[in-house]
Order: sequence, then C-alpha cells, then structure tokens
Amino acid sequence: MTKYIIRRLLGMIPTLLIIITISFFIIRIAPGGPFDSERSLPEQVLQNIEAKYHLDEPVIVQYGRYLFDVLRGDLGPSYRYQDHDVNFYIFTSLPNSIILGIIALTIAIVFGISAGMLSAVRQNTWVDYTTMSFAIVGISVPLFVIGPVLQWIFAMNLGWLPTSGWIDGDYGLKTLILPSITLSLGYFANIARLMRSSMLETLRSDYIRTAKAKGLKNSVILFKHTLKGALLPVVSYLGPAFAGIITGSVVVEQIFRVPGLGKFFVQSSFNRDYTLIMGVVIVYSVILIIMNFIVDIIYSFLDPRISYK
Amino acid sequence: MENNKDKVLEVKGLQTYFKTDSGVVKAVDGVSFDLYRGETLGIVGESGCGKSVTNLSIMKLIPSPPGKIVGGEVIFKGENIIALPEERLRSIRGNSISMIFQDPMTSLNPFLKISTQMVETIVLHQDMSKSEAKKKAIEMLTLVGIPAPEKRIDSYPHQFSGGMRQRVMIAMALSCNADVLIADEPTTALDVTIQAQILELIDELSKKLNTAVIMITHDLGVVAGMCDKVCVMYAGRIVEKALTEDLFGKPFHPYTSGLIQSVPRLDHATQEKLFSIEGQPPNLIDLPDCCPFHPRCHKAMDICRSKYPKLTEVEPGREVACWLYMDKGEDK
Ligand SMILES: Nc1ncnc2c1ncn2[C@@H]1O[C@H](COP(=O)(O)OP(=O)(O)OP(=O)(O)O)[C@@H](O)[C@H]1O
Ligand SMILES: [Mg+2]
Repeated sequence: MTKYIIRRLLGMIPTLLIIITISFFIIRIAPGGPFDSERSLPEQVLQNIEAKYHLDEPVIVQYGRYLFDVLRGDLGPSYRYQDHDVNFYIFTSLPNSIILGIIALTIAIVFGISAGMLSAVRQNTWVDYTTMSFAIVGISVPLFVIGPVLQWIFAMNLGWLPTSGWIDGDYGLKTLILPSITLSLGYFANIARLMRSSMLETLRSDYIRTAKAKGLKNSVILFKHTLKGALLPVVSYLGPAFAGIITGSVVVEQIFRVPGLGKFFVQSSFNRDYTLIMGVVIVYSVILIIMNFIVDIIYSFLDPRISYK
Repeated sequence: MENNKDKVLEVKGLQTYFKTDSGVVKAVDGVSFDLYRGETLGIVGESGCGKSVTNLSIMKLIPSPPGKIVGGEVIFKGENIIALPEERLRSIRGNSISMIFQDPMTSLNPFLKISTQMVETIVLHQDMSKSEAKKKAIEMLTLVGIPAPEKRIDSYPHQFSGGMRQRVMIAMALSCNADVLIADEPTTALDVTIQAQILELIDELSKKLNTAVIMITHDLGVVAGMCDKVCVMYAGRIVEKALTEDLFGKPFHPYTSGLIQSVPRLDHATQEKLFSIEGQPPNLIDLPDCCPFHPRCHKAMDICRSKYPKLTEVEPGREVACWLYMDKGEDK
C-alpha cells in the first residue's frame, strides 16, 4: 500500500507537467493578449510592458522560464493586478472557497445520501416522488435564481440571515449559511439521484436476495449488506465534485459577495491574464488529481476486490 | 414414507403473478406438491416455466411489486407460510428452509468476509455466541470440503473459485440444520467436473442431515442422478408428477418424453442428431384455456386446443396433465 501511494504521488508529476504545458500553449494560441484593449496603447509603451513581462521573448523561452518559476512555487506576477502576484490572489481566496465548499459538500453528502437511500427503499411512493422532484429542481434551477430567492426569503423577509458578506465581517459565521445551502443544492441533487439508482441496483442484486433468504432483518440488509456497494458510484462522483466545489463558484461568490477563488477563473480569462489563468488551472488540477487519488484509496477500503500493491 | 408426520412441506394450488406493462404474467399458476423428510424432489422444465418463481414463492421472496402470490398455500409445520407475518417468516428463512442459488459468483456478498456472512446467519437463528458460531461455521466448511477452513473463513468471496463459493453457499444454507433445502440450479454456472462434485455434496449432506431437498434444474441427468421424485413444469403449471424411475421408464406427457429424448446419451453412439422439442414455450401473458403445449405436440388432438387438461392421477402415484390419458382418469 505504501509503495502504491508513493508510486501514485510520483505519477502526479508528469500529469501536472502535461496539463501545464498544454494550457500554457492553448492560452497563447487563443486570440487576444493581456494588454490589448479598446484604446490601443502607444507602440513604445506596449513594447516596454512586453519586455517587462518577457512577452517579447520566443514562446518556448517564456515556457521554460514559467516552468522554472512554477517548480520553485512561484506562479508569477499578474498581468492585470499590479499590487500583488498570482500566489497572493490564489492563496488569499482559496481558503475561503475551501471553507464554503467543504460546508456545502458536507450538507450535500449527508442529505443526498440519506435522501437517495430513503427514495430507493420507498421506491414509487410519495417519499420517493417528493425527494426526486426536489432533486430535479436542484439540478435544473440555476444558482442565480436559487441564491436570490433564498436571500429574499431568509434575509429580506424573515431577516434571519445577512444577504451577503463574509465571516470576517459583522455577521460572522451566519454569512456562511445561505451561500453554502445555495452551493450545495446541485450537489445534493446529484448525490441523491446517484445514491437512489445505485441503491436500487444493489437491492436487486443476487447477494441481497441471498441475504433475504437467510432471514436477515431489513435494517441489517440495508446497512450491512447494501450500503457499501451502493456507495461506490457516489464516492467516484465525489472526487471531481470536491475539486469543483472547493475551487469556488463564480455565481455564488457574486451573489453573496464571497471573497473566493471562483471569480478569478472568469476574470482572468476575460483579461487574458496569462499567469493568473495558469495559476487557477494549476491549483484546480492539483486538487483534482489529489481528489481522484483519495477516491481510489477510499475505494480500496470499501471494496475488498480492489487491492493496490 | 407416505404418512403425514414426515411431510415437511406442502404446496397447494400456488399462484404467483407478475404485473407487467404488457399484461399479467401468470408465472406460476396452480402448482401443488408434497415434500417428505429426507427426500429429494426434482423440478424440471425449460427456461421461464416458473421453477424459480415457485421456489421463491415458498420463501415468500417474490419481488413485490411487480410480483404477487395471488392464491394457494405453502404449509410448513402446520402453518401457512404465505399468511405469516414478516417476523415469523424471517425466523423460517435461512433456518428451517434455506436456499442456494444458481450463480455462486454473485450470490455471496463481495464486500463481506465469508466468516461475517456465515456467522450472522448462525447467530441469527441459533442460540450461539459469535465465537461459537464461528466454530460452527468452520465445522460446516470442513463438512463441505473447503481446505484449511480456519484460515479460509476470513477470506472474501472473490478469493474463492466458483465451485468453492458454491460449497460455501451450501455450508451456509445447512448451518442451521434446515428441514428443507431449495437448490435453484446450483450447478448451472459451474464447470462440468465441478458440477458432479457439488451435486454429490448436496446429496450426501442432505442424507446425512436428513434434509429434504427441492432440486430445480433443467438437466434431466441431475434428476436421474439424485432425485426421488420429479415434477415436470410447463408454462407455470406442473404437467407431470412421478417417481424418478417411473418417469424415465415410461414418460406419459409428450413434453416429458421430449425432454428425455433431448438428453444426449453416450450409450447411443449411433444417434446422429440431438432431439429437441420444436417451437418456443408460450408467452405466459393471456394463456388461453387450453393445453399450453399443444402447438408443439405431435399428438395434439382437437380437445387439446380447446380445453385445459387438469393434472390427474392416472396410475397410483403418477399424475399427468394430458388429454391422451384423461379417459383413464375419468373412468373412476
Ligand atoms: N420480476 C419479474 N417481473 C416480471 N416477470 C417475471 C419476474 N420474475 C419472473 N418473471 C416471469 O416469470 C416467469 C417464470 O420465471 P422463472 O424465473 O421462474 O423461470 P425459471 O423456470 O426459473 O427459468 P430459468 O430456467 O431460466 O431459471 C418468466 O416468464 C418470467 O418472465
Ligand atoms: Mg430460474
């Protein structure tokens, strides 16, 4: 197992290298550059700026330079925001997104798994229909509708919660409630549907029939015999979901004024802020790769048929 | 043997239907048979004739919906299983009546150790502690011929071969001294060489433990080898019931003789082509009230196309549902 873990960790390096390389060149192939704007700058100014950021060098040299910086842990200066470098923007905003993401995902997991199990066990009853209709709402109604609706109800009408803000403000932890619920809804819905279908499939399997034929109680059949197998698809969904949710959501951050990482995904691409784009891509990739690795480890604990050597 | 005290199971007029989108499937429609202590009953018939549904109904394990036991009784120790509350049923399942299934590769829980799966059954039904139950489980594994059972018991199912898993299933099924063991095609999924070993094991253990066995199979060779008596099923009903030697000696129902003729026989070296019954089994939805076998029967008569032949005793201990023999039956 230890050997396996080390091998996997080493295997991440080439994967990351490939991601960095491909993104680096794709971004530069895309039309437009960081200093293009409606009002064209005087030739001389532009040249100065490009020289400052080494944009006048051949792309391959830029690539080498960038790779070298990244290996030292430096994601470079932002081409757009002059005050700080990319490291600063990412590592001040990422923790906020992680906090919100973990809370939202925890809500989604707890309620999603319970709801999915419940609908599977009560298949084709009103419990099932209600839960699944709710899940479909969660999947199909966009965040920019859910968010404002929740604000309108709980902040403006009932006055229980702040409309927006962050934990460092006056309202403290209360600010987490609405954005995390909004963010969790889609994940909740996906988990509930996934859990329901994998649960139904497991309940139909031969070994559950054996368990029934042995005279086991329903609760034992459910929790001891069915749950593990039914959780596997949910676990594989959670890897990428986790990576996605903790790197922030632009929409939720905008609505609730959360100082998270999500906005940089969008702004950096609009601005052709090459280094910031690369920064968020790298952070996202690292988290995704690590999450998939953790999923594999959890899998091996759940399923005795999988063993890593 | 024929006295009531030894009768362990009595199935009377069992009817199990499935509601599907295209109509009601009468998977089992009026099946009756008796099972006596220590005897082995074979149930044979083509795929889809209702063998598995019959036996799942005995344990009241029909998935519902879509399935429902709409009529009949299953009398076990004086009680009608079909009418029992769930809790009483659970104390019978896996204890007094246990089952082994066709596919040993999927019938054991892949996520739980063999020990967990065996011990939970024993603890549930017998007054034993976990460690006693484990001892009992090891004893059972020894009995079914698992080598080094003290070690192997802590393995997971995937660490066993198909044949070994079926042995584990048998050990588990018999660990509570069941009165009835229902074996639903226990060897279909196994290699031929393993098949014989497993059947022998079931035969030997059931004799030793005095367990009655219902052996579901579509292989008449299995029936000839180990069953005392046979029910031949066709389209959800029993069409012939006889002692094994009588059935093979002189099959009455044309369907039975078709089945017997289609068994490959080594002693008939000259046989050029294997006999097979032509045509397909009927759709179990909207079965007309006639003999369901008539479209495939060489000897079909007019009456076969218009009226269903009831299962009738035509000779002592022999029942058949065929108009060819009905006169004899109606003579009485
Ligand atoms: N869950 C179900 N829903 C609908 N129909 C079913 C269901 N289970 C069984 N049936 C129907 O009941 C009939 C009898 O099925 P059964 O499984 O008893 O056949 P069988 O004799 O055991 O066949 P095989 O040799 O293939 O195991 C089949 O026609 C099948 O279509
Ligand atoms: Mg079957």
